Amino acid sequence: MIVAEQKPIEEIMEYISPYNRILLVGCNECVTVCAAGGRKEVGILSSALQMAFMKEGKTLEVKEITLERQCDPEYVEELVTHIDQAEVVLSMACGCGVQEIARRFSAKLVFPALNTKFMGASERQGVWAERCQGCGDCILGLTGGICPVARCSKRLLNGPCGGSTGGNCEISKDVDCVWNIIWERLKSLGMEDRYEEVMTAKDWRPSWHGGPRKIIREDLAE
Amino acid sequence: MKTESKLEKVLASGQLAVTSECGPPRGARPEKVREKTEMLKGCVDAINVTDNQTAMVRMSSFAACIIIKQMGLDPILQMVSRDRNRLAMQSDIIGAYAHGINTMLCLSGDHTHFGDHPMAVSVYDIDSVQAIQMVKKMRDEGKFQGGGDIDTPPKMFIGAAANPFADPFELRVARLAKKVNAGVDFIQTQCIYNLDKFEIWMKGVCDRGLDKKVSILAGITPMKSVGMAKYMKNRVPGMDVPDELIKRMAGVPKEKQPEEGIKIAVESIERLKEVKGVAGFHIMAIEWEQKVRELVERAGLLPRPQL
Ligand code: SF4
Ligand code: SF4
Repeated sequence: MIVAEQKPIEEIMEYISPYNRILLVGCNECVTVCAAGGRKEVGILSSALQMAFMKEGKTLEVKEITLERQCDPEYVEELVTHIDQAEVVLSMACGCGVQEIARRFSAKLVFPALNTKFMGASERQGVWAERCQGCGDCILGLTGGICPVARCSKRLLNGPCGGSTGGNCEISKDVDCVWNIIWERLKSLGMEDRYEEVMTAKDWRPSWHGGPRKIIREDLAE
Repeated sequence: MKTESKLEKVLASGQLAVTSECGPPRGARPEKVREKTEMLKGCVDAINVTDNQTAMVRMSSFAACIIIKQMGLDPILQMVSRDRNRLAMQSDIIGAYAHGINTMLCLSGDHTHFGDHPMAVSVYDIDSVQAIQMVKKMRDEGKFQGGGDIDTPPKMFIGAAANPFADPFELRVARLAKKVNAGVDFIQTQCIYNLDKFEIWMKGVCDRGLDKKVSILAGITPMKSVGMAKYMKNRVPGMDVPDELIKRMAGVPKEKQPEEGIKIAVESIERLKEVKGVAGFHIMAIEWEQKVRELVERAGLLPRPQL
């Protein structure tokens, strides 16, 4: 899923303090699961902002809506009936959702309430960690299902580097050395031999270095 | 001979090679490079020039290498893949070779996290193993990494680093094998303080015959003080400093500690000379270049061969 977290309230206040009526839009997908921008968080942020306005002797009208999927035009369309009443929109979706609103409502300012962080998984209650950087040419089949592109601090395809210590990455004791994980995994799969095959330089064109990406499925596109 | 590299010649002659290191200054001070180089004259075969070591901005390795070259000595161009993509790396390699620099060291480099620009992008277009492949392809096939022909290819003698003390230990011989497969010519190891562990690693290296395919220079860093020993043990990732060594340094008065550090280094070299597969020494006297001559001399590594 896409993992995000809320921006500091002060930053959000800087965006919206000139206004009195806002549309606060959550999303029912990834950001709900990572507890950053679902219905519940929309309610909490709404109250927090109204209190912050009150402290400054002002009032804030908030219309709260949580869409099924903010990155999907079909659901964003549901905002049509509310958009005119609001001066600005504050989005609690990931960056994709924010941009979908910006695209659909050309005359309306939209601000992000979240910082979109990464594509990851839940490690345990309340902890999410990065797993994939969408490099566009997945090599998990060669690395025992563990990604060095996203999870090695130096993106080494032939790690571990000389800084790997006791299972930790050289940058911090709080970061796992992914090459240690890959090695353990190859061992438990009985695939130790795989390790010595040199992984050649990656073609980064399918990734973010080839310019903005788009997929056109001829079989589905209208 | 694959190259004109003096280091290659010394190694081919079967004599123990000696390299040392020069960290370029954090400013436009060519005289600093000259001062350090002057101290190493006649006591080493080649001088590594670090590339933004510990991710701190310094005079470029390339530029400092040229200064050393102009003094008639043999620099080793260090190149980390942290700061440059493959285009920039290859253009620097051609440029360096055009200035007569014929030996280089391919590294991934310390993470930017450690340095003075932690906010910078870490490039890592390729890693150190892939860098070795790239430089070898440039040299042996006359081709750029991207496949195009090079008009007059750079003939680099290719080095890399190995850290026998990093984890997982059981992978450390295999990681070296990867670099050998990629085409590395020589290896400089991490500073060796735990000689027992180094010997176990070397045995693994020799058992697989890797010592026949690559020349391994054992890394030596003399310690100036017990404080430095403790710092290395606790703060530098992938460094193995046994407690006995710290005790030994702590056991002598402060003013005698530098001498004790040199003594330990000399003893280490003497012991390592007997280890099968050790083809020479890489002496990293960090900001202590003035001691290299004495150390090399006391370890019986002078005079250096004139080739
Ligand atoms: S290899 Fe690429 S696509 Fe596969 S998990 Fe890693 S970053 Fe994602
Ligand atoms: S310690 Fe491991 S995860 Fe960290 S940079 Fe080195 S190889 Fe990558």
